[in-house]
Amino acid sequence: MDKLLFGDNQFFGVNHMSEEKARSQAMRFQDIKTVIEVLDNAYDEGIKTFMCTTHERIALVCDHMRANPERYADYKFYPCMPYAHKYANAMTDHGLLGAIKNFLPEEGFIDSAMRGGMSLAKKDIEGITTLLIDAEMKMFAGLQTPVIFLQNVVVDFLLGLGFNEAFRIFANHVKARYGAEPGFITMNMPKLLDVLEELGIENPIVCANINKAGFRMSGGFEAYEASLKDKKFRAIAMSVFASGAIPPEEAIEWICEQPNIESIVFGASSRGNIRSTRELVDRYWQKGQL
Amino acid sequence: MIRIAVVGLGKMGLSHHSIINAHPDVTLAAVCDATGYVLDVLNKYTGVRTFTDFDEMLREAELDAVIIATPSSMHGAMVRAALDKGLHVFCEKPFSLDTKESDELAALALEKGAVNQVGYHYRFVGAFQEVKRLLELGAIGEVSHVLAEAYGPVVMRTKGSTWRTQRTAGGGCLYDYAAHPLNLLNWYLGMPHGVGGSVLNSVFSKETDDEVFGTLYFDGGKNAQISVNWSDESYRKMSTKISIWGTAGRIIADRQEIQVYLRDTAKIPDGYQLGWNLRNTTELTDEVGFYVRGEEYSAQLDYFVKCIAEKRQDNVNSFSSAAETDKVIAMMIADAEKGPSVSNDTVLPTQSIKKSGIFSSLFSK
Repeated sequence: MDKLLFGDNQFFGVNHMSEEKARSQAMRFQDIKTVIEVLDNAYDEGIKTFMCTTHERIALVCDHMRANPERYADYKFYPCMPYAHKYANAMTDHGLLGAIKNFLPEEGFIDSAMRGGMSLAKKDIEGITTLLIDAEMKMFAGLQTPVIFLQNVVVDFLLGLGFNEAFRIFANHVKARYGAEPGFITMNMPKLLDVLEELGIENPIVCANINKAGFRMSGGFEAYEASLKDKKFRAIAMSVFASGAIPPEEAIEWICEQPNIESIVFGASSRGNIRSTRELVDRYWQKGQL
Repeated sequence: MIRIAVVGLGKMGLSHHSIINAHPDVTLAAVCDATGYVLDVLNKYTGVRTFTDFDEMLREAELDAVIIATPSSMHGAMVRAALDKGLHVFCEKPFSLDTKESDELAALALEKGAVNQVGYHYRFVGAFQEVKRLLELGAIGEVSHVLAEAYGPVVMRTKGSTWRTQRTAGGGCLYDYAAHPLNLLNWYLGMPHGVGGSVLNSVFSKETDDEVFGTLYFDGGKNAQISVNWSDESYRKMSTKISIWGTAGRIIADRQEIQVYLRDTAKIPDGYQLGWNLRNTTELTDEVGFYVRGEEYSAQLDYFVKCIAEKRQDNVNSFSSAAETDKVIAMMIADAEKGPSVSNDTVLPTQSIKKSGIFSSLFSK
């Protein structure tokens, strides 16, 4: 994985600090061209991995990348699924089966109906889970997706329920069908690592809030430090600036000192911010133990 | 370990289930839902004990507490049965659709010495807690007006009939969305002595409201207005905002941040300054042990568990406080049914013109 991955919160009106700022960003990125422009800026700064939710507007970005294969030859997507609001909305509007039908994968109705229908009847979640994964992956057809993530709302919800089997099903399917590494986003990193270890999912890719302020590091700062030191996994740090609570240089310097961190995912809207983050990482990364 | 059961596996029930099951001091002893399908899947994959009958669960499972997240019209009977059994009770909001029942259950919980809490999670949001603290300090002087708003994209088209589409079953924007800002108003200003101008309007729903507006009158000339709409797609998810005007400043707060303007007449609290002050969620929110969908959802259940473990009686969102919100909701329904208090064909009193002062002395001879 690259040291720096580009995130997508800024494109979809997600801002943990201010609703006003979230709204003005949503307005700014209403036209997909403005999103692609920022992605191009990041690309030209050497940030060639886009870690994005499976939001329907990402399909437009995918179309653009497919249409320009020379420009984006080494571009990588790390899809994060599902875009939970999409399912919630579709389910309220069309019901559960209607929503599933709506998100059917490309290979056609029969196979999907078999996998879905059979597993619904048998109360076997494997068929339905793999079906939904395939549906989410539809928009990335023909593009590179070497790591595929399960979103934190789903990971943490399942983790709370103790529905651990779902993690194994996800990991197996993503490897077998897409030749990709499974990734897990969580707000409860220490607890998740214990469960993945029990399941025998080795050296997992785990993306979590890791920041000097301890913001949304559930289970406690010390437990995170201990996990980073002792557990065998590939960490991706997100929210390293704690939504702007930590000054950039201080945040990056600290994160680069932590052991076992393979990548940092960050979001930015201007070339200047993208560049300054890259420069900070270039400066502090070598100095740390990474 | 505290033995808890979750009753009702809709959106809130499943969320509570996940959060409480991860709590280090809790054993999830049972789950109960009327439909067997979700129960069977949960039992198959997590091994949790399941019931389709609430009374059977109360008879057979050994419990200390229940979390009730069934459709609102079922709350009353279930809460009563659980209290009679000597259990502590966490109940989803709105508490009860019948205000008499709300008061009875609040009294019963008190009599039984049961920990009692209702799921008004905004009282566990850092920014809204800071508003409460500032008001208690009198930071913005005498409050004159509060505007309480909530918007979000829940009902965007006409749809089939469920309990959520019928006001008589506890469905609709008033019970589901407006209950939250109304509950915050109760927290900040107490119980209003009256309501007026209530509008419960439908945008898409056939049997309930999608928009709620109205005025609440409090003692000392304070008043509040509420503006709520759950058919607003321009919001990604539910967004609640409180604006408060006082003689010495103004407060604006939502889940993410609090903005405070303080005049030179204000009693400036520690850490604040004259003019604008901004504080956001990273600063105001305490970390939780297990996070699923927002700290407040974890914090409210953790508080419930703490009250049981430490035998505390200082319930936050107690049944009696939730009963106040039930009462305001009922007042708004009654007010909305009356329609406008003054209509276009009402004979209006004529304004009497005073024949004194500067104008009369200028123009009259």
